[in-house]
Amino acid sequence: MSAKPMDPKHIIAARVARELHDGDVVNLGIGLPTLVPNHLPPDIRITLQSENGFLGLAPLEGDPVPGLVNAGGQPCGMQAGGVFFDSAMSFVLIRGGHVDVTVLGALQVDQQGNLANWMVPGKMVPGMGGAMDLVTGARHVIVAMEHCTKDGGAKILKQCNLPLTAKSRVNKIVTELAVFRIDPGHGGLVLEELQAGISLDQVRRCTEAEFRISPDCQL
Amino acid sequence: MDKIIGINEVVQHFKDGMTVLYGGFMGVGTPAGLVKCLLDSGACKLTLVGNDTAFPDTGVGPLIVKKRVGKLVTSHIGTNPETGRQMIAGELEVELVPQGSLAERVRCGGAGLGGVLTPTGVGTIVEEGKTKLCFDGKEYLVERPIRGDIALIKARKADRSGNLVYERAARNFNPLMALAADLVVVEADELVDVGELDPECIVTPGVVVHKIVVTGGL
Repeated sequence: MSAKPMDPKHIIAARVARELHDGDVVNLGIGLPTLVPNHLPPDIRITLQSENGFLGLAPLEGDPVPGLVNAGGQPCGMQAGGVFFDSAMSFVLIRGGHVDVTVLGALQVDQQGNLANWMVPGKMVPGMGGAMDLVTGARHVIVAMEHCTKDGGAKILKQCNLPLTAKSRVNKIVTELAVFRIDPGHGGLVLEELQAGISLDQVRRCTEAEFRISPDCQL
Repeated sequence: MDKIIGINEVVQHFKDGMTVLYGGFMGVGTPAGLVKCLLDSGACKLTLVGNDTAFPDTGVGPLIVKKRVGKLVTSHIGTNPETGRQMIAGELEVELVPQGSLAERVRCGGAGLGGVLTPTGVGTIVEEGKTKLCFDGKEYLVERPIRGDIALIKARKADRSGNLVYERAARNFNPLMALAADLVVVEADELVDVGELDPECIVTPGVVVHKIVVTGGL
């Protein structure tokens, strides 16, 4: 880690990148998760699934290609060996457990592994898009988010109070302060790791949820 | 039976209150010419079924902006602020459906199935009012089929019998919508003779397609 302070988003993306394995099929949510591939070591090659209908999502190189857009509707590229399909097939892959990892942001996540990231009643109702299927069907669900809201409020809660995206499906939470795993049957949230230069007290102050500390966590 | 029609002949098929299925994802794969024709027809109180409402000036966005829609069944409205505004003001009924469930509901509508069981939405507000079934210890929601009066489809190429190929990620919901409506109208960028498309590569069989408009008119 360099001495220069890194943007929290890049700290989070770099740490999420270490969760991925060579050969993984991965779906990345819009925003912060799209930074993850920039932090992959060269020996880890993943295949990105884009829920609008293809495998092999890659950055745009050169001019936009007709019909080739990512799930945010933005022009993108495609890896050699990529494949297009319709929306039913796209969600067969997602729901059927053929996507190894999904990485997405959260408004709230709680110690039971519940995730809320699709609406704030009366304020913001964009719709769930593919998020509910992704969180329900991907084999491993990683929440990648800044630890607190913009005004410093906790986002890692005892219990979500916003409408859920899916129930008890989150496996891991990566923030700029810490990494947690969730063991639903075994006492909920477990602190696995503090990010560089972060103290346990800082994490406790910013986390409403109760958590255990993994014996492997270096304090 | 000649399926090729001019864009001006499409307008007679649009009626107030009809259910319109449309392909497209953020407007990519939505037939812009057919949407414009629907707009020009003046038809209103439409029920629209499709993935999203794109942006105010792309895809089906203009139909929302011009208040032609009474009900919307979709997975995402976040990129068209007018959809959210009308929904909150009570001017537009919106049923939000998880994207994978929307795809399967339309697929069921075109496949002669009475519904599909999905774990998506269990334990969320999506399960409200739906039948929940449990098999082998796992809960599923029963998601019912969707059909439309008309489907608006965007294809890269059509042959004269209606066989279709799509363009990259512009395929998305199009092949599903093309199976689930009483009248299937295609806007194709290019028309070729029967036999020119490789049968191994055709995505939508022409037997389900009723009318074809070539982009830019004929």
